[in-house]
Amino acid sequence: MTTAAQQQSAGSGPDGARRSVRAWSLRHPVASMVVVRTLLGVLTLFAVSIVIFAATQALPGNAAYAVLGHSATPQRLQALEAQLHLNRSLPSQYGIWMSGVLKGNFGTSLANGQPVSSLIGPRLVNSAVLVIGAGLIGSLFAGGLGLIAATRRDKLFDHIASVVALTITALPEFVVAIALVIVFAVNTLHVLPAVSSIPQGTSPLSDLNALVLPIATLALVIAPYIFRMARGAIIEALASDYVEMAELKGISRKRVLLIHALPNSLPPVIQVIGLNLLYLAGGIVVVEYVFNYPGIGAALVDAVSNRDIPTIQFLVLIMAAFYVFVNIGTDVVTLLASPRRRAAR
Amino acid sequence: MSSQPDIGAITALRKSRTLGSRREWLVILNRAARSRRGAIGLMLTGLVVLLAIVGPVTAPHSDVGPVTAAFATPSSAAPLGGDVLGRDVLTRVLTGGWELLTIAAAATALGVSAGVALGIAAAYYRRWADGIIMRIVDVFLAFPQLVFALLLVSILGPKSWLIIVAVGISHTPQVARVLRSVALDVCERDYVKAVELMDTPSRKVMAGEILPNLLSVVMVELGLRFTYSILIIAGLSFLGLGVQPPAANWGLMINENRIGLVVNPWAVIVPAGLIAVLTIGLNTFTDAIARASLGVDRPAEEMVMATGIILDRSA
Repeated sequence: MTTAAQQQSAGSGPDGARRSVRAWSLRHPVASMVVVRTLLGVLTLFAVSIVIFAATQALPGNAAYAVLGHSATPQRLQALEAQLHLNRSLPSQYGIWMSGVLKGNFGTSLANGQPVSSLIGPRLVNSAVLVIGAGLIGSLFAGGLGLIAATRRDKLFDHIASVVALTITALPEFVVAIALVIVFAVNTLHVLPAVSSIPQGTSPLSDLNALVLPIATLALVIAPYIFRMARGAIIEALASDYVEMAELKGISRKRVLLIHALPNSLPPVIQVIGLNLLYLAGGIVVVEYVFNYPGIGAALVDAVSNRDIPTIQFLVLIMAAFYVFVNIGTDVVTLLASPRRRAAR
Repeated sequence: MSSQPDIGAITALRKSRTLGSRREWLVILNRAARSRRGAIGLMLTGLVVLLAIVGPVTAPHSDVGPVTAAFATPSSAAPLGGDVLGRDVLTRVLTGGWELLTIAAAATALGVSAGVALGIAAAYYRRWADGIIMRIVDVFLAFPQLVFALLLVSILGPKSWLIIVAVGISHTPQVARVLRSVALDVCERDYVKAVELMDTPSRKVMAGEILPNLLSVVMVELGLRFTYSILIIAGLSFLGLGVQPPAANWGLMINENRIGLVVNPWAVIVPAGLIAVLTIGLNTFTDAIARASLGVDRPAEEMVMATGIILDRSA
């Protein structure tokens, strides 16, 4: 391995630093992947910030006028232009915003004059509770069903589960949410609250009843994808040579399934769980809005309705950062979970 | 390959193949529609589309003026009762689907055609064009689709054309990724190389040789993205950030009327049910197309169906 690295780097000249970097990355494939992907991720986020800026502040026409609408008086227009630095050139507006972001200063909300970061901070925790809760429950539930369906391939359970999965895949989150509200909160049963607003300053975990419907909605929406992937991956593993070998050796069916087939079907399932966590970044917008849950999704809807530019910019940037880093995390976990891929490097 | 390609033979081969592939999409659609899944999907979709088209003509009342008391229960004058402002729910159901369908169709057409063009171009030109296109795709992928649409409508306000553009652009990177990964293989085939030897301009190679061979993938993408367009656009209306009231819209109706869920649940259940039947039907039909053309059984293809993203970064 090391000699190969030396031969490779010999072509690029006697560059000691580069050679040692290459040798290090060969010895630590996972760590080097994390470093490279993180650097690329940061670059991507810079490009993302330009798109966000372009969509909110650089549009043709006067952004200040768009924000104030009919209540635009010359004084208010001037004050807003000064606050958003709209009287400067576009590159310098972007520069002011970006240098603030890098220092942790995300600007002041136009809706109530408070710093964006202190408004959004507690809401981030609330949203994280939803995403983690839905991710965990949805994955375990769907993975379990996928395992059962795979072992009963083409039997009744498998068919029913597949059709139900296909059906739920097509449903919008708000339809799932409203259906749950109708059944569990308002019309049929009256066991759960239809609204999950959490008083400011309290932990979302202090009222678990309020979390049930939002988390159930999100878990239901992501479950079909994970179910389909788990089912497919386990079926493929069960059809492999090593499973046949294990069966021929007389190992019990349960042991074959859990020790031989299951670990090998994990990587694709982890990938699809990662993709669904990414989906949740968008899914929380509608679900938080339905249940009036004080997270960043509902905050984005409010900010868009109020044309609160600094808040919109901050929230969308956070969601994109979540996407980029969950993506990297998913790939790292997939790499760690697949023995074959580790050995290939 | 010999240095002197037999031009005549290649042209003959090409003609027979292109003629065949021109009918291919009809063959796939036909096969999909004949499968049980496809027939069910087509029927469900057809019912809702028919209702949305015929609805505005047959609506009994005005869709903006009050007919009953707020959240009145069903009566002979208003078979589905009244909504939050006492307007006839049946009328608003009949008139509220047309716009959703046309905007979703336009956004899908825009997003998928841009994605197909970018994906094929990236796979065909490779090198720097590929690098640039895919890096841009990565940037736009980092926005959740609904969030991207919200970002674009935030300042300009919700206008039909803007929603079409926003939803269309949000599909483009996903379609481009799928198309690129399947086109990479097609670009290496002998008939593509043969046409290149005949000095065919690259645009013609891509449109005339590569695209026809990706037809089944494009059809699956169209179905999938149309479903997603409806979900996103209905979602925007639900958030009150779609096409503006007082015009009826199924997504908006669900949101407006959910405070009256206890009194007149039909004002919510009927529009929600229609959106559900429409997207379930479309999704089922798309699934049938995928089965008819690709043969979905392995995880990799399950993945295409499930998320529209092929895992090409996990090598």
